[in-house]
Amino acid sequence: MTWEAVIGLEVHAQLKTKSKIFSESATQYGAEPNTQANAIDLGLPGVLPVLNKEVVKMAVKFGLAVNANINLKSIFARKNYFYPDLPKGYQITQFELPIVGKGILAVADPEGNVKKIGITRAHLEEDAGKSLHEDFHGMTGIDLNRAGTPLLEIVSEPDLRTAKEAVLYLKALHALVRYLDICDGNMQEGSFRCDANVSVHKIGEPFGTRVEIKNLNSFRFIERAIDYEIQRQIEEIEHGNKIVQETRLYNANTHKTKSMRSKEEANDYRYFPEPDLLPLVIDKAFIETIAEKLPELPEAKRQRFISQYGLSAYDAGNLISSQSLADYFEQTVKLSATDPKITANWIMGELSAALNKHDLTIEHSPVTTTMLAGLLKRIHDHTISGKIAKSVFEAMWAGEGDADTIISKQGLKQVTDSSALEKIVAEIIANSPEQLADYLAGKERLFSYFVGQTMKATKGQANPQQVNEILKQQLKRVTH
Amino acid sequence: MKVDEIKKIAFLARLDVNDRELLSLTNDVNNILNFINKMNEVDTHGIAPLAHPLEINQRLRNDEVTETNQRELFLKNAPAQEAGLFLVPKVIEEV
Repeated sequence: MTWEAVIGLEVHAQLKTKSKIFSESATQYGAEPNTQANAIDLGLPGVLPVLNKEVVKMAVKFGLAVNANINLKSIFARKNYFYPDLPKGYQITQFELPIVGKGILAVADPEGNVKKIGITRAHLEEDAGKSLHEDFHGMTGIDLNRAGTPLLEIVSEPDLRTAKEAVLYLKALHALVRYLDICDGNMQEGSFRCDANVSVHKIGEPFGTRVEIKNLNSFRFIERAIDYEIQRQIEEIEHGNKIVQETRLYNANTHKTKSMRSKEEANDYRYFPEPDLLPLVIDKAFIETIAEKLPELPEAKRQRFISQYGLSAYDAGNLISSQSLADYFEQTVKLSATDPKITANWIMGELSAALNKHDLTIEHSPVTTTMLAGLLKRIHDHTISGKIAKSVFEAMWAGEGDADTIISKQGLKQVTDSSALEKIVAEIIANSPEQLADYLAGKERLFSYFVGQTMKATKGQANPQQVNEILKQQLKRVTH
Repeated sequence: MKVDEIKKIAFLARLDVNDRELLSLTNDVNNILNFINKMNEVDTHGIAPLAHPLEINQRLRNDEVTETNQRELFLKNAPAQEAGLFLVPKVIEEV
């Protein structure tokens, strides 16, 4: 019998609000330490939390997007533990009655196969501060700017079976929260963090003991960490050892997970209802208003791109990965009125490569949709060949103007005047007696030599198909 | 509840309880639990659980930043500070 892994993910999405969940301090990333932490965030005596309305709206928005059951009444709870970056000695979170209940997220693989992954729940909570372990005379530095930043913790059902599937789910979730504009998704800055619960069992047998992996902050690390952990657990069991329920940390340098023993004793959070906050009650009208403003979601867009533009599942899946990329594509198609597939190829080929090389996002592309559409039009009407188009693209990227300007300035217009081409071809044949003799003697691959010479003589501006035809005609004439 | 459980709870709450206090605490907690058991005898079937004694709901505030930087004031309360950070005894987690 073969092994099977069972994976469930917990994602902490930092909500994109201006102020904190329970206080009116700013949430901006990268501020000077402790300049965005007020008396509430510091947990000073006598302070009371006041819930941010925007946070509630964002949670509802997410709930609607995953077709979840939204609880009209939810309550906050205290999760008790001691750590220096948690000033109150407890985290305000939701436990028994979260705002978002069971939902579903459709996840498509690159071939377009869709798997529905269950969402167990999504609840609101506050983030903790940061501990800085650099050497402060053997002490730890505490920055409480992040304390009280709103988080939506999204818990999946144990529906995932491979590390690849887990990453697909995370990418779909990542795209979704950005489409909804509730989280900026910046993983380096910790706005979108993930913990994974992993267990292994033999198919047909009950689930194994699960291990929690923390410290996963990139899609690549998540895949590696889960794969490592699956392998580790299988080997442990095959060596007759038992898996213990524990928390392990992923080390990005060694690509291994390691037990975090210090947490073992502390895993008793003694939750109880938060006495400082009343039950959160929302009404149907509140939900309706949010539902009306919901944008087209990634999965719906993916399906529309396939049916409306005739794109492959792979292309559609790539283009919808961010709203801006999808918008860029649609805008370009509309402006160029040419083949959407060719547009998709250019966006995911030349444009994406250039953006990656310069570490830019599509929003900051120096080549605008109008510029790319202008280029596509000239390929479509055969003014330039696909090969020349690449150098025009480079020139556009370098800021040399739009496609038409570059084409006329650099004289890149394709030579389609057949009498001019015929003359050039005739000259080349006349100047290559040796190659001609060999060709006539049966070395047919020398045909490409003549094509090459012609393209060289025309600086690549000849239409390759036309060159082929003229060459065939003239060589035939020589033969007879 | 046994003495060991009270000891564990005291540890989780970071309370320094001596052996004599531990015995009387165990006794007190058991009395409270017995009282709760007594209350549990009441039939509460069909009654919604109460999360808060007040029959009102949570008010929400608008998402606005009104707080200004008062770091120096807050840092003054700390026993140790440096570079704008609160300093505490080293608590590094082994990675």
